[in-house]
Amino acid sequence: MRSVYAISGGVSKFAKARPDKTFQAVIKEAYDEAISDLGLDFRTFTGVADGSVASYFSDHFSRQLMAGIMAQDYLGLLPKPSHRVEGGGATGGLCFQEAWKSVASGDMDVCVAYGFETMSHVETWKGNEFIALASDVSWDYPVGGFYSGYYAMMVSRHMKEFGTTPEQMAAVSVKNHRNAYFNPYAQKRNRYTIEDVRNAPMVAWPLTRLDICVMSDGAAVTILASEEGLARIEQAGGRVRRPLVKVAGIGRGTDAMRMSDRPHVGYDTFMREYATEQEKSSDETLSYYKELWDHGTRYPGVHSFRAGRSAGNMAYKRAGIVNPLEDLDFVELHDAYTSSEIQTYEDLGLCRYGEGGPFAASGKAFLPGIDYGLDLPDDPVLPVNPSGGLIACGHPVGATGLMQAVFSMWQLQGTINEHFGDATLQVQDARRGAIHSHAGTGTYVTVSILERED
Amino acid sequence: MAPIQIEQGYSITYLHSYGQDSPWFAGATNKKLLASRDPETGYTYATPRGHDMYTGEETEWVDITDRKASVHAVTVCYFGSEEFLPETPYVLALIQYEGVDTLFLTRLMGVDPDAVSLDWIDMEVKPRFLRNSKLKPTDVYFVPA
Repeated sequence: MRSVYAISGGVSKFAKARPDKTFQAVIKEAYDEAISDLGLDFRTFTGVADGSVASYFSDHFSRQLMAGIMAQDYLGLLPKPSHRVEGGGATGGLCFQEAWKSVASGDMDVCVAYGFETMSHVETWKGNEFIALASDVSWDYPVGGFYSGYYAMMVSRHMKEFGTTPEQMAAVSVKNHRNAYFNPYAQKRNRYTIEDVRNAPMVAWPLTRLDICVMSDGAAVTILASEEGLARIEQAGGRVRRPLVKVAGIGRGTDAMRMSDRPHVGYDTFMREYATEQEKSSDETLSYYKELWDHGTRYPGVHSFRAGRSAGNMAYKRAGIVNPLEDLDFVELHDAYTSSEIQTYEDLGLCRYGEGGPFAASGKAFLPGIDYGLDLPDDPVLPVNPSGGLIACGHPVGATGLMQAVFSMWQLQGTINEHFGDATLQVQDARRGAIHSHAGTGTYVTVSILERED
Repeated sequence: MAPIQIEQGYSITYLHSYGQDSPWFAGATNKKLLASRDPETGYTYATPRGHDMYTGEETEWVDITDRKASVHAVTVCYFGSEEFLPETPYVLALIQYEGVDTLFLTRLMGVDPDAVSLDWIDMEVKPRFLRNSKLKPTDVYFVPA
């Protein structure tokens, strides 16, 4: 495999509705930003690009099949190769990784990953129905028909087993919304308190409206290149920013579509097949997990995402990450629900199973220098969702994973101030970050590690 | 110029087949709750599955109607997708059965949605069946035992 670099990106303004443009033109907003960042014009970039990967989740939202090819011609990429990827909420993450494969394999030197969703074309309750059709239509949809309900059940079990509280979940919402206050691309730039989150209308107990991301219209583009691609862009007069941002490793995992079908494996199986090297090497952690299992905890159950742990472990191994809490400088993870951010802390090894709630309220996942209005016992260690995440930025499904890639690339380039017009969210001296994209109730999960080359 | 927006309707009737899962619906129609078991390992799925995901073997049907069951996880939905809005608030639960390795997603009835709490988890429950089957998984629902 060849080295692959994330060299440029763009994000359209995420909004509840974008009736001012068709989806192709919204994608072009992000595309033009990505091209402009390379210092190239449309025609010159068209000459250096080898092809693309298109990312969108639901044909229902746009009532348009083959939407990818409609973007392809709008972006001037005909007759170059392209294909569409789809994998629920992880669609954008899958797109990023498929673009990586195109470059790493030698098939392309410059690959455009573009994604979008236009969810405003239907009312929210109909949108919920389209999303719920990504659960088993024989067994899950006819009973629940509502993803927020599925996630609420997951976290009720997490609360029962580990003592996780709604206030700990609310701390995630406060953090991500306040971060987004400084992100001009975000849909919701509000400052909330724990009380605001808990007093918001209940959607699916214990999740309130402020525990859940919103539907959005939006698009994002990430351009990936090989060393040959970099040279070609520079020969064409383009500017590739240094330090370069390399894709240091990718990982992907899957799990049963029906969350009720997730197995409950024993302690020995967990340690053998799923535990991180760090967990295995700590007698204290081994003892902690043994005690959990002795008290009836099973893995992954409905409170953990085995696909996330598999994806994380795979990406960490490939990128040489042993202790993610120390070896990463930030994480942009899929926080469609505050509860799933907490569950993902555990799956990505930022804390142990069962300790996601206290970790959320500890301050370790917050950014320094921002007044969150919270009494946080610990200093920031590893900012999670410095951009504001899905909860505050919005979740135009096919764009989200690519948005994470763009924001992460800007963090590692040190260009947050340039792109956001404000340096508040810049993670100081960021060298390595993880992006995490998640589908269904944990059916497809991707983790990709981006690293600054010094 | 302000964008011009129009309405476009879209309506479809699907002919959905339950395929190899069909006996489950026949069972529910006859007030029986069936589960799928791998004959070799005994691994049992609460929701029908024609072949075991570990061995690839064809599963066999087992009747779990009268087995001890309890709530594993629960929520109350105050909002929902369009089809279910008229039913809000409704209670969703994942049920764990004694001797069954996976869970069963269902509606929980006979409880007060406004009194939801973690105390509902581990509560013993039992299945009830619709008098007139609709050939849907909601033909069975659960109530406190």
